[in-house]
This record gives sequence, structure tokens and C-alpha cells, in this order.
Amino acid sequence: MSSKNINITVKVWRQQDAKSKGIFESYPLSNISTDSSFLEMMDVLNEKLVTENQEPIAFDHDCREGICGMCSLFINGHAHGPDSLVTTCQLHMRKFNDGQTITIEPWRSGGFPVIKDLMVDRSAFDKIMQAGGFVSVNTGGVPDANAIPIAQADAEEAMDAAACIGCGACVATCKNSSAMLFVSAKVSQLALLPQGKIEAARRAKNMVAKMDELGFGNCSNTGACEVECPKGISLAHIARLNREFLCAKVKE
Amino acid sequence: MSNFLTTSIGKKFLMSLSGFFLISFLSVHLTANLFLLAGSDAFNEASHFMGTNPIIQIMQPVLALGFILHIFYASFLTLQNRKARPESYAKVDQKNSSKWESRNMYILGAVVLTFLVIHLINFFWKIKFTGSDLLKEVDVKGVEMENAYSLVTSLFMSGTLGFIYSGIYILGAVALGLHVNHGFWAAFQTLGLSNNIWRKRLEVLGSIFALIIASGFSIIPLYFLIF
Repeated sequence: MSSKNINITVKVWRQQDAKSKGIFESYPLSNISTDSSFLEMMDVLNEKLVTENQEPIAFDHDCREGICGMCSLFINGHAHGPDSLVTTCQLHMRKFNDGQTITIEPWRSGGFPVIKDLMVDRSAFDKIMQAGGFVSVNTGGVPDANAIPIAQADAEEAMDAAACIGCGACVATCKNSSAMLFVSAKVSQLALLPQGKIEAARRAKNMVAKMDELGFGNCSNTGACEVECPKGISLAHIARLNREFLCAKVKE
Repeated sequence: MSNFLTTSIGKKFLMSLSGFFLISFLSVHLTANLFLLAGSDAFNEASHFMGTNPIIQIMQPVLALGFILHIFYASFLTLQNRKARPESYAKVDQKNSSKWESRNMYILGAVVLTFLVIHLINFFWKIKFTGSDLLKEVDVKGVEMENAYSLVTSLFMSGTLGFIYSGIYILGAVALGLHVNHGFWAAFQTLGLSNNIWRKRLEVLGSIFALIIASGFSIIPLYFLIF
């Protein structure tokens, strides 16, 4: 892949804090290597802002290898940008053209209030997890490996659900700001395994109740979340969550 | 089950069930309507059957309730969904991540509802309440019955107005087809009756059903417009 340098204009959402009103600011950037990652481009822009005595842009990032779920950014109308199955840190500038204007917005959802600029508060996801996204285990010795047999297909499916990094792209993408893909992944990864079955009914009810309470919208099955999810979490998990929830309610 | 209908999935459960009920109504309605293409006696007999069959009579208020539930919960959920994103994006690009009809179900529903009102005024209202000269009783195989055939056909064959009505009916059918194209699969998904294998099957099945609904209801005005 041949590397080259491009000139771009970055249109970024700037917001002082949670309470103030935000606006878009445009910053021209020249000589950006197409081999650099999107966040490296943001670093270059921030260094430029700092040398010009301006406030750098606040954005979330951590591992920069696509596994922590910290980076976000709604880039040119897509959560995590135009590439598929990647987080923003794994997005590269070769996906953009010379002279292009790149619009960068924070996740927009009532459940994810903006903290500053492009940073949003995603602790709503933690609250949903605290409502039931766990298994209660007794303390004691380490259990024997393979003491509980699990069908290979179930283990695979549970692992696919467990790939969710909780970045919130599903909420950001969904036209309804629904958190169903996240909640369904967290319910599925446990509901499929024997260890998680004991609390399955309670888990589905409590996590859905918390999700509703925190102001996320209602799923209308558009499927956009699945397409934009950096980990390719399947809509089949949402069907499973619906099943788990309805069965739990029937048993009540 | 106390707070079932206050939960998001509970409300969607009702959307799904009422949706399935309305889908079954559409199937019956289209079947009866297609007798129009078989001539006046066939349609008048079908219409007479629908107008006198006790099960159909019992189902009529249930059907109205189905519509009301579906519309009420759709409005409630849509309002909640709009509130869930207080500040909207400056730039959104969803053309490759979801189907247009899936994002515009409420608008399509509103188009279908508008059509439904026009449709009820055209036929149902006249047959049930006000009557019409066109409905003058006819004799089909020794049974006296209302001439529903002439009421229907005259709407589509009355010159310029016939053109306009045909257009409205075709537009209604297309909107309905698009609505069902997403709704069919989504209703299964909401009930939890889907997985990675069945999703594809249900989507194909839904598209076939939507195509039958849209083309089936469109053929009728087209048939009378052309012939």
C-alpha cells in the first residue's frame, strides 16, 4: 500500500462542559500521512492547537489496539467512522480523500451526556451491568477444568457475545438510541452457559428495566447497530434477549 | 406480569402481536378483494359472505382494537425514541447500514393510516351506514345482495377522479408493502423467534409477502383503469 500525505479539514464538535452549548469548529490540517491512524491525526491536530495556545480537543481513547472500547467518535455519519468492524483507533487516514471535510461528533444519546467536546459519559452501561450482568459464585477452591460440560456451539456463541467491548457504537448508531445490542450481548454471554442459567430470568428483567430507566430508546429492529458494531455482535442476540425477557415475565 | 406493559420489550410485544393480527387481516382482505377480478357475481358473493358471516362480524371490533393498539403503541414508542436523542447528529449516513423502510416505519404507518381513512369513507362507510344508489340490491343465484361490485368499480372508472383514486390506492398499497417488508420479520424478532439462520428465511418470506400485498392490492385499480 503506497503511503501519501493528504490535506483535510476537520469539523469538530466543541463543548466546554456538560452544561454549556456546543458548536462546530473547523480546523484545516495539512500533510497528514494516510498511514496514520485516526487518533494519531487527532493527536497531530491537538499538538497544533496546543502550540497555537488553544484548548486541545478532548476525546476518549485508551488501548489504541481495538479491544478496550474506550474510543468513540461519530465520524462522517458513522460510529467509529467509515470502515467496518473496527474501532476509531483502528481506523486509518487512508479511508479519507485529499481535500475532504471530516465531521466528528460525540455519541449522541440521552443516556450518554457529553462531558466535554467529544467525550461522553458512558457510565449508564456500568449501571446496566450492575443490574445483572454478572454471575454470583461461591468462594472456595478453584473448580476443576471441564467439570461442567458445555456444548461447543454454545461456548462459541457465548464467546461471540462476549466480544462486546461496551463502546456504545450501537446506541450512537441506532436511530432510537437503543442499547438493546449491548444489553443482549451481555445477557447472551451468560445465558448460554450453565453458570449463567441460574440467574438468567432475574438478569434479563433487571438489565432491561435498568436500560429503560436510563432513557435509552426502544429497539425497532433496523439492524444498523449490528452493521456499525466494531465487534460484529449479531442481532440474533437481541432475539435471545427478547426470548429471555418474555420467558422470565411469563414465569413471574 | 404487573409492570409488563411499562417495559420497552412489553410494549414492543404488543406491537408485534397486533402486527401479526393485522397481517392475517390483510391476507383475508386481499383474498376477498381479488374476487373483483373474477367478475361482479363472484365479488358480490364474496362481499355478501364477508358481510353476513358471524365470525367476520365478531372480528370486526377486534380488528378495530388491533389497529388502535398498533397505532397507539407505535406513537408512544416513537415519541420515546425521539426523546432518547435530545440532540441530533449534524451528519448521519445510514443508507448502507439499515433499510429505508425500517427507519421510516412510523411515516409509512401514517401514510397507510391516511389511506385507510380515505378507503373507509369510500366503501365501508357507505356499505355500513349511509348507503349508495350504486349498492342497489342485485340477484346472484337467487339470493338478494348489495351490489358492492358496482360501488368499487365505479370509484376507479369515474374519469379523472378514477385516475386520482387509482393513484391513491396504488400509493397506499406500496406504502403498506414497504411497511410489511420490515414489520413481518421484525415481529418475529421481537417475540424472540429468530436467530442467524431464521433471520434470512424470515426476511425473504416477509419480502415475498410484502410483494404479494403491494402488487395484489395494486392490481385491482390497475385492472379497472386499463380494462
